[in-house]
Amino acid sequence: MSTNVTDSSNTPKLIVAWLFVGIPLIWGIWVSLGSVAKLFSAPPPM
Amino acid sequence: MAANFLDRSHTVAGPGFSRWLVPPAALCIHLCIGQAYAWSVFNLPLSHYFGISASAPNDWTIAQVTWTFSIAIVFLGLAAAFLGKWVEDVGPRKAMFASALCFAGGFIVASGGAAIHNLWLIFFGYGVIGGIGLGIGYISPVSTLIKWFPDRPGLATGTAIMGFGGGALIGAPLAVQLMKHFSTPTSTGVTETMLTMGIVYFLFMMVGVFIVRVAPPGWKPAGYVAPAASEKRITNKNVVASEAIRTPQFYLLWGVLFLNVTAGIGIISQASPMIQEMFPGRFPHLTPAQTALSAAAAAGFVGLLSLFNMAGRIFWASLSDFMGRRNTYMIFFALGAVLYALIPTFGAMGSIGLFVLACVIILTMYGGGFATIPAYLKDMFGAIEVGAIHGRLLTAWSAAGVAGPVLVSYIREYQIAHGVAKADAYSTTMYVMAVLLVIGFICNYLVTAVGERHYVETKAQTA
Repeated sequence: MSTNVTDSSNTPKLIVAWLFVGIPLIWGIWVSLGSVAKLFSAPPPM
Repeated sequence: MAANFLDRSHTVAGPGFSRWLVPPAALCIHLCIGQAYAWSVFNLPLSHYFGISASAPNDWTIAQVTWTFSIAIVFLGLAAAFLGKWVEDVGPRKAMFASALCFAGGFIVASGGAAIHNLWLIFFGYGVIGGIGLGIGYISPVSTLIKWFPDRPGLATGTAIMGFGGGALIGAPLAVQLMKHFSTPTSTGVTETMLTMGIVYFLFMMVGVFIVRVAPPGWKPAGYVAPAASEKRITNKNVVASEAIRTPQFYLLWGVLFLNVTAGIGIISQASPMIQEMFPGRFPHLTPAQTALSAAAAAGFVGLLSLFNMAGRIFWASLSDFMGRRNTYMIFFALGAVLYALIPTFGAMGSIGLFVLACVIILTMYGGGFATIPAYLKDMFGAIEVGAIHGRLLTAWSAAGVAGPVLVSYIREYQIAHGVAKADAYSTTMYVMAVLLVIGFICNYLVTAVGERHYVETKAQTA
C-alpha cells in the first residue's frame, strides 16, 4: 500500500489538534521567558 | 465495547486520515508526563505541611520529598524496559490509556498522601504508579510515529519527545498558579493542586487516546522510496527486541545515551547553585532584596535551560534526518566535551554571557540525545519492535538519573571539603563531564551495522 491518504476535510481537524497542544505549550514558553528576563536584569558585577 | 475501542485493530487509520494528526496525539501524552521534570515545585509546599510558611519540627525535609522524583524516574525506566513489548503488541491507544490511568491516578493517590501527611503514599502514588505511567507514556507513540514517518523519523519522534521537555514549562507554572489559588492560612493547597492536576492531565491525555491511529499495514507516504542499504548503519530489515539486546550495538547505544544524559544532568542538577556560586559578584548576598533577586535570576537560568532542552529535541532530531544519527551524536560528544572543558575558563573570566551560552548549547544536545535515539534505533534495528527496544534502552536514563547527580554532588563536596573555593569547586566536575563525553564519542564511533544473523528476515530464510 503506497498512498498519501489525506484529503482537505482534515484541515479543520489538524488546526484544532495542533492548537489544542500548541496553546498550552506557548503559554508555558511565555511564562518561562518571563523568568529568563530576570536573569539578564540581575545587577551587574560589583 | 470500551475494550474494543482501545484495541489495535480499531485504531488502524481509514482512507483520508492525515498522518500529521499523530504528532499532536503524541504531544497530548508527552506534554502531560513531562510534568515530571517540574516535580521540584512541590518540594517546598510538601515540606511545609504543618508550618505552612516555614518548616515545622514534624514536617518532612526537602531531601525526603525529593525521593519521589527519583522513584518516578526509576519506575519510568523499569516500566519502559519491561512493558515495551506489551506496548508494541497492544498498540498506542491502549498503551496511552494505561499511561493516562497510571499518571493521573498516581497524582490522585499522591494528593491523598499529601492530605493525610503520609510520605509513603506519595512515593507509591506519584513515584511508583505515576512512574509506570511515565514509562508507558514515553514509549507509547514512538513506534507508531516511526511507521507513519519513515521518511522523517527524526522529525516525528523529535516532535513527541520535545513535548516531554515542554511538559515542565507547562507543569511548573500551572502547579504554582493552582497552589496560589487553593492555599489558605492553614493549608499550602498542594493536596487540591495535585488532585486537580490529576484530573486535568487525564482529560488532556484522553484526547491523544481518541486521536491516535496506526498506519495500515504496508502504508508508505506517496512517492516514498526506502533508502537503499548504501548507508552502512541504516537497515531495511528488522531485529526483534529480545534479539536486539544480544547485539553489541545495543550496549554501545546504551552507553551513548547513558553518557550523554549523565553529562547533561551535570548541568541541570546544579544549575541554580552553580550560576550563583561561579558568579558571586553578579549575585551578591548582601541584602535580602539582592538575595531574592539572585534566586529569581538563578530561576531564570533554570528556565532558560528548560527552553533550550526542549528546542534541542526538535532541532537536533530533525537535523539528524539529513546528517545521519551517528554524525549527530559525534557532534554532541565532540562539541559537548569542548564546551564542558571551557566552562571553568568562562567562569574565571567572569563572562556570564559565554557561560550561559555554553550551558544552553550543552542542554540542546542533552535534549537532542533523547529525541534522536529512537530514530537511531530504527536505523539500526528496523521498525518492527523499535518501541520495545527503545523501552529497554531507557534503563540508561534511569541509571544516569542516579549516577549524574551523585557524581556531580560528590565531586563538589569533596572539593569544598579539601579547601577549594565554592566558585572553583565546579571546575573538576566540568572536566570529568568532558572526559565522559570523550568516552561517549568512542562508544558512538564503535557503532557498526548489526550482524546479518540477528535479522528476522535472515532467521526466516534459514529456518
